[in-house]
Amino acid sequence: MVQIRDLSKQFGVVTAVDRVSLDIHKGELFAILGSSGCGKTTLLRMLAGFEQPTAGQILIDGVDMTDVPPYERPVNLMFQSYALFPHMTVEQNVAYGLKKEGVVTARIRERVGEMLALVKLEALSGRKPDKLSGGEKQRVALARALVKRPKLLLLDEPLAALDRKLREHTQFELANLQYQLGTTFVVVTHDQDEAMTLACRIAVMAEGRIAQVGTPGEVYEYPASRYVASFVGNINLIEGVVTTSVDGRLSLRSDALGADLAVATDERLAPGSPVSVAVRPEKITISRQGPDGNDRNVLKGTVWDLAYFGDQSLYRVRLQSGAVLQVSAQNLRRSAKLTVEWDDEVFLSWDVASTVLLQS
Amino acid sequence: MNRRPVWLITVVAFGYALLYVPIVSVVIYSFNDSRLVTLWGGFSLRWYASLLSNRELMESALLSLRIAVVSATFATALGAIVALALQRLSRLRGRVLLSGMIAAPLVMPEIITGLSLLFLFISMADLVGWPASRGATTITIAHITFSMAFVVVVVRARLVAMDESLEEAAMDLGGRPVPVFFDITVPMLMPALISGWLLAFTLSLDDLVISSFVSGPGATTLPMYIFAKVRLGVTPDINAITTIIIALVAVAVATAALVSSRRGQTG
Amino acid sequence: MSTKPAVETRPAERWLRRAAAVPYLWLLLFFLAPFLIILKISVAEPVIAQPPFTALLAWGERGFEGIRATFENYAFLFQDGYYGIIYLSSLKMAAVGTVLCLLLGYPMAYYIARQPPRRRNILLLAVILPFWISFLLRVYAWIGLLNNRGVINEALIWLGVIDQPIQLLYNDFAVYLGIVYSYLPFMILPLYANLERHDRNLLDAAADLGARRNRAFLDVTLPLSMPGIIGGCLLVFIPAVGEFTIPALLGGADTLMIGRVLWDEFFVSRDWPVASAVSVVLLLLLIAPILWFQRIQAREQAVAR
Repeated sequence: MVQIRDLSKQFGVVTAVDRVSLDIHKGELFAILGSSGCGKTTLLRMLAGFEQPTAGQILIDGVDMTDVPPYERPVNLMFQSYALFPHMTVEQNVAYGLKKEGVVTARIRERVGEMLALVKLEALSGRKPDKLSGGEKQRVALARALVKRPKLLLLDEPLAALDRKLREHTQFELANLQYQLGTTFVVVTHDQDEAMTLACRIAVMAEGRIAQVGTPGEVYEYPASRYVASFVGNINLIEGVVTTSVDGRLSLRSDALGADLAVATDERLAPGSPVSVAVRPEKITISRQGPDGNDRNVLKGTVWDLAYFGDQSLYRVRLQSGAVLQVSAQNLRRSAKLTVEWDDEVFLSWDVASTVLLQS
Repeated sequence: MNRRPVWLITVVAFGYALLYVPIVSVVIYSFNDSRLVTLWGGFSLRWYASLLSNRELMESALLSLRIAVVSATFATALGAIVALALQRLSRLRGRVLLSGMIAAPLVMPEIITGLSLLFLFISMADLVGWPASRGATTITIAHITFSMAFVVVVVRARLVAMDESLEEAAMDLGGRPVPVFFDITVPMLMPALISGWLLAFTLSLDDLVISSFVSGPGATTLPMYIFAKVRLGVTPDINAITTIIIALVAVAVATAALVSSRRGQTG
Repeated sequence: MSTKPAVETRPAERWLRRAAAVPYLWLLLFFLAPFLIILKISVAEPVIAQPPFTALLAWGERGFEGIRATFENYAFLFQDGYYGIIYLSSLKMAAVGTVLCLLLGYPMAYYIARQPPRRRNILLLAVILPFWISFLLRVYAWIGLLNNRGVINEALIWLGVIDQPIQLLYNDFAVYLGIVYSYLPFMILPLYANLERHDRNLLDAAADLGARRNRAFLDVTLPLSMPGIIGGCLLVFIPAVGEFTIPALLGGADTLMIGRVLWDEFFVSRDWPVASAVSVVLLLLLIAPILWFQRIQAREQAVAR
């Protein structure tokens, strides 16, 4: 439904967005994830119409919107600061867009009422923004944008200003709302938890370019590059040299780890060529006894540091070679005593299928 | 760091005393029956009564008020435009000159402004026949010119603090630029526009030097009248008019405070 | 940094640009042109005529005859040193008045800035309130207080501090008092605006690093408030140099201030060219401070952006 073709934006000598191409499907909740300065906000503003692209096109439902001003686009933006009009009540704020459309007053009242009920704010319709809490303000901003039934709703860091509990609650509400209304949502965020939980598909953005597009699962378990692998979640990055490469299995030697590792993959690489692999901390089993099961990579080391989170623990294990691997494990047994402690000698093992082969 | 040193409090108290002692003394002596400042002759309203019968004074007061209202309104409109232009237009031809012309009146000695404007009016009368005679119109023009600078300062301060995303949000919701200006920008600027107007009003009402230079026969403003009288020494009816002005200002300020706090409550 | 969207707000920008032409032209005509005219008159000769000076461009039977300009008026100014003394005296009096104003205004601004918001607003209002009451009338009020049979003298005599009234009025002292009194709000407001922005934590950080209170003030607060100090001083000094009302009402015969001289030169001796020359020289004296002030204004705008 939204097609972004080779979109670029230059500010003087700085390239904020560099030849970005994306397809966003109708009705999906799409997230653009990246750290600050990666260009995601500029991309969002170009979609909304507040920045003029230096090159490229934006098509919505097949119509070229690149030069269309924001007040003529079927796109609405929920601002990070909410941008509620302070001199108007909640009801007047939400009604503003409809008034500009020229909708009949009676109809405006109806639709505003519906929308306020949907976001559960009917009781506050007469209040002014300075008397609302952060969560309430956000819902007003949402209602105001959605009441116009836009084809595309853009959300700029929607959960950034909320505290943790409210954030979790709002995440569900947003996803529900989107599902109910069927509107296409594009969320821009630097918070990977937000992106992973909300989105159907994520685009990871860095330095103005798209690093990878995929479902949360794809991005997490099959990162296309070292950048994506380390940006999303925690990961252990391992450099090595290919020793053997046969059907379904690649072996490599890592001097940093002082061990030979295996990767289950259909890729074939020439022996002797450098290779980067990675394994997620939660895929590694840590135990004081030896490993069980076949076809696993096994390493020995000492627990150097551990962080106890209650539901899980994060370990940093130092191998004999000196390298440190991160391991996370759920605390399955109910015990205040730690099963694995500092300076314990432990075995680390993981399934060869859990090793990720990185492209770049 | 919470105990303020005694000397600081003393200095501050002295400062406030300095500001208010003359005002208080004038009020007290406006009720003094005696002509002499130091001799308390008893409570009396005679000076107030004499004000009412003073035709000259009344006329000059009315003239000053008329000029103040007109000049404040124009100064606010023009000043707001300048503030918006300086703040919002990224490229503006002659920006440096405009910034200079709008900052200079803030500090320019009034003598120079008054003298130069008088010469302008005379030269213009010579060249194009207008203004044929100087008076209320020339005074108003002069006041608009220097008040504008003060309005710009006030409005600009507010513009700078204003969240631009509000106007963007309005445009995003379908508002075209001109309606957005009236729907969003103007209401947000209103406090600054009002205080700018009040500032321009006060400056105009209070102006002595510039009015003296650019005025003509028959147009005597209140400050000009007072100055002429006061040069000869203390006159008790001046105390009366000062007290009246103080009362008006106090009432105005109290009203403003009430209105803004009430607005805050119903929110 | 935000770039203005080029397409969409162009109509609004165009509108604003056109509207801006009005005040622009207004200022060119009523602010800039007058200066040029003063310049012109300052090089003219006084004549008994209406207007009482010669024209710049001389038109004769054969058309344009040339430019009649004379620097006589300027020569006259610097001839006997009389004017020179007055200029210097004005600069001196304005400077002293500014310093006194700063000495009183800074502690006040500092104190107000450290108060909790509610009290702050009331205190600020109390500073600004007198400003709304006529400047002229407030200066006049001092006459009643300062004169030989005024309140202050009577009080001092009653307290036994003195037994003869002392000359408090119609001298330099009264003028200094008048300057400090009238310009105090103009000193306090920029100072306050600056001090209010200071991060409270800076002083705590200084204390944490071992600075005693006075040291912390000198090392942290004072340097940071420098822009406010300069702004306030210029805002007081520049207009004070050309001040007329205060010396006219409170000054003595020997209080030499250029504003008063200019008034007399114009209204009394009706020598317009000399009056113009006096203005031009005054303006030249003030150009440097005025430009400095404008630089500071521009910087404050940039910072706030």
